[in-house]
Amino acid sequence: MATLNLKINGKTHTVDVEDDTPLLWVLRDHLGLVGTKYSCGIAQCGACTVHLNGNATFSCVTPVSSVGNSEVTTIEGLSENGDHPVQKAWEEIDVAQCGFCQPGQIMQAAAFLKNNPSPSMEEIDNAMNRNICRCGTYHKVREAVAQAAKTK
Amino acid sequence: MSTITREGRRDFLKIVGTTAGGLFIGFNWSSCDSPKVEVLSTEEVLAQVKNFNAYLSIAPSGDVVIYSPNPELGQNIKTSFPMVVAEELDADWSKVRVIQANLDTEKYDRQLTGGSGAMPHSWERLRKAGATAKYVLVAAAAQTWNVPAEEITVESGVISHKGSNKTGHFGEFVEIASTLSAPEEVTLKDKKDFKIIGTPVKNVDAKEIYTGKPMYGLDFYREGMKHAMIQRAPFGMKIKSMDDGAARGVSGVTDVVTFGNSVAVVGTSTWPLMKAKKLLRIEYEADGNVESTADHDRIFKDLLENGKADVRRKDGNVDQAFKTAAKVVEAEYQCPFLAHSPMEPENFFAHVQGDRCELIGPTQTPDRARQTAAQILGIPPENITVEITRLGGGFGRRLRADYVEEAVEVSRAINGPVKIVWSREDELTGGAYRPAVRYKFSAALDDAGNIIGYKLKGVGMNAGNTTRENNFPSGAVENVLIESISYDSSITTNAWRAPITNFLAYAEQSFLDEVALAAGKDPVQLRLELYERAKNNPVGELGYNVNRMIAVTKEVAEKSNWGKNPNVKQGLSVYFSHRSYVAQVADIEMDAGSPTLKRITAVTDCGMVVNPTGANHQVRGGIVDGMGHAMYTNLTFENGVPKQKNYDSYRLIRLKEVPEINTHFLDSGFDPTGLGEPALPPTGGAIANAIFAATGRRLRSQPFIEQKEFSDIKLEIKRT
Repeated sequence: MATLNLKINGKTHTVDVEDDTPLLWVLRDHLGLVGTKYSCGIAQCGACTVHLNGNATFSCVTPVSSVGNSEVTTIEGLSENGDHPVQKAWEEIDVAQCGFCQPGQIMQAAAFLKNNPSPSMEEIDNAMNRNICRCGTYHKVREAVAQAAKTK
Repeated sequence: MSTITREGRRDFLKIVGTTAGGLFIGFNWSSCDSPKVEVLSTEEVLAQVKNFNAYLSIAPSGDVVIYSPNPELGQNIKTSFPMVVAEELDADWSKVRVIQANLDTEKYDRQLTGGSGAMPHSWERLRKAGATAKYVLVAAAAQTWNVPAEEITVESGVISHKGSNKTGHFGEFVEIASTLSAPEEVTLKDKKDFKIIGTPVKNVDAKEIYTGKPMYGLDFYREGMKHAMIQRAPFGMKIKSMDDGAARGVSGVTDVVTFGNSVAVVGTSTWPLMKAKKLLRIEYEADGNVESTADHDRIFKDLLENGKADVRRKDGNVDQAFKTAAKVVEAEYQCPFLAHSPMEPENFFAHVQGDRCELIGPTQTPDRARQTAAQILGIPPENITVEITRLGGGFGRRLRADYVEEAVEVSRAINGPVKIVWSREDELTGGAYRPAVRYKFSAALDDAGNIIGYKLKGVGMNAGNTTRENNFPSGAVENVLIESISYDSSITTNAWRAPITNFLAYAEQSFLDEVALAAGKDPVQLRLELYERAKNNPVGELGYNVNRMIAVTKEVAEKSNWGKNPNVKQGLSVYFSHRSYVAQVADIEMDAGSPTLKRITAVTDCGMVVNPTGANHQVRGGIVDGMGHAMYTNLTFENGVPKQKNYDSYRLIRLKEVPEINTHFLDSGFDPTGLGEPALPPTGGAIANAIFAATGRRLRSQPFIEQKEFSDIKLEIKRT
């Protein structure tokens, strides 16, 4: 067991967990931040996407001991009132069906647009191809990313 | 930590709380046809004594609360059901709150999600609920103002009387309304006056979803609850011996529990359980058929030749037709097993306490969850409560209560609250699946290329009837024989989105394409000729509405510019399933020397479209689902265990693999006929037929990318 101080959504949290515990399970089981989803556990589907120092990261394969001083941002901390341009675009385009993968899609899109504020559709496709949506909302995902890029 | 389904209740109580001393009108459905108005005091509502689950209540503030009884898994029912109620009520949609109802078999009937049936089933009931509430409110206003009710108008939650220049919102009349009685019959609106139905109303849970609020079963946590993960036996095997010493040694593991051939590791959080499960040393031995995919292939071929078939439909004299045929076309089609793979893995919370049990989680069939628990525990079903969380997808997987059963077993064994969670590996290896199936088609043609005989024999697993014997072209051909054979497999199987038709449609529509080629006819023309026969002189029972088939076929030909551009190679598929009609055309163009799937055009007749956003979602989503599984996904078995254990080998379609999809809806004048499933079945056939048109290769098995006919075709997928 290790006692770790984690910087998450602008606050420091102290957790007492095994070193190898994935960040995903620390967020969900220990800190009650359940917006970050578990789906595959092997960095294939993107449902667990969070930001580590602003970069999209699969939290399901990120051992908590490797996080160190990095700033972790989860869907709960992306914006104070759910009004990040990506969240707003998601609402406007009405992207979700079941919605389970959408926090991960939103986190992927937000990190991508931060690094590439005016992407081409092809760049959007490449970035968002990392996240699986079993309901097949892909058309709306790319539409919403393009919309968010415009309104930023 | 949050207790998700209480969230909704808290919202509700907040609304109640802000309307101190107020009254609610609750509409309750003790029988299907006569909504009963009941009056609830704030105290009663707070105490949850009765009628807490009603379809509709209106607070003195004017807030309208509508309960959505059916499980929401992405089909958007939690938005579209209340739209129908609010329409007839003439409510102000911005003042409508929607809350997921708990299981209550006395108040709601058909409280389940499956078969694309919720809207067709509830359409009338929902309209009556809204219309009845409006009637009583209008009567209350008439009494208050002392004016005739017929002169009163209602718009957006505001009641007005022009003559006396009086207006008031709903809330002002609930107290008087609660002293009146509801009418036996109400007049429903003319559809042309609809203001909410037919408009793109946004998902009522959007904000919560996009801010990561706890909504799903997986997000349910309760102080003191344990977590559990379960190791299940390979199919056809049982436990011979088990050593859980190493697993018990993992820090955070509190217990190891065995029930049947399942071993549950129990602990205080999830990660230790994932590690501990791998440390279980379990030896299995055969307990029935231990099957591999190679066995299935052999069994299918053998049964098709020698098996005893169940005759599902027989018209005319098939033997005679095939004897006199100028030409006979024959082909066999086969599909693999598939997992449902909802993004939210199976999970459920159970707390067994003596002769009572609390269940919370994602289920398409809450009543089955309850009945299952009642049976295991030997307690009356009414001692069990079921809270339905939002479902992170279902696709039929959550029609089954196997994972609810596990939660109940573990809770009973550890004598405390527990949430069981399946890993993705559990989901792919633990059943239950869309089973493999094989079909043999034969068509007899006369000199002029007319179909004079048609035979279909299907062999499936645990499926009962593998055919839909009254589907087209039955009814349009003089001599028909449809037969089905079922093999009992030890591998668990289950309905998968559009059961049977999710593959049968592809096989039928591809075979029809083969027949059209042999007959020298255009695929659209071939179908239209057959429809004419079914319409004017049908053979036996018709399982479909010919006029609706004709309409979607003609419309898709027009919208897709069928046959107009020689550079576009097209594939047609038209299918009726789950009450709705969908025609699709896939377009392949040569782009930089490669055949490139550019677009799919879909024409849907699902009756009246309640919410265009939701309808578009279901059609596009169904097409993406149908395409993804036809193209890429395979689940194969080796000695009772699937080889594909996670998304690195079990391939699901991704964003870059979807073409442009153009959706069109036909207004046929029918009430809504369901849309969760019908867009999926036609897709595989449309794509396979387009691939044939472009390359001359006929794909008779799925997934396409693993077929030898496809091996040197580099199919690109591009959106324009």
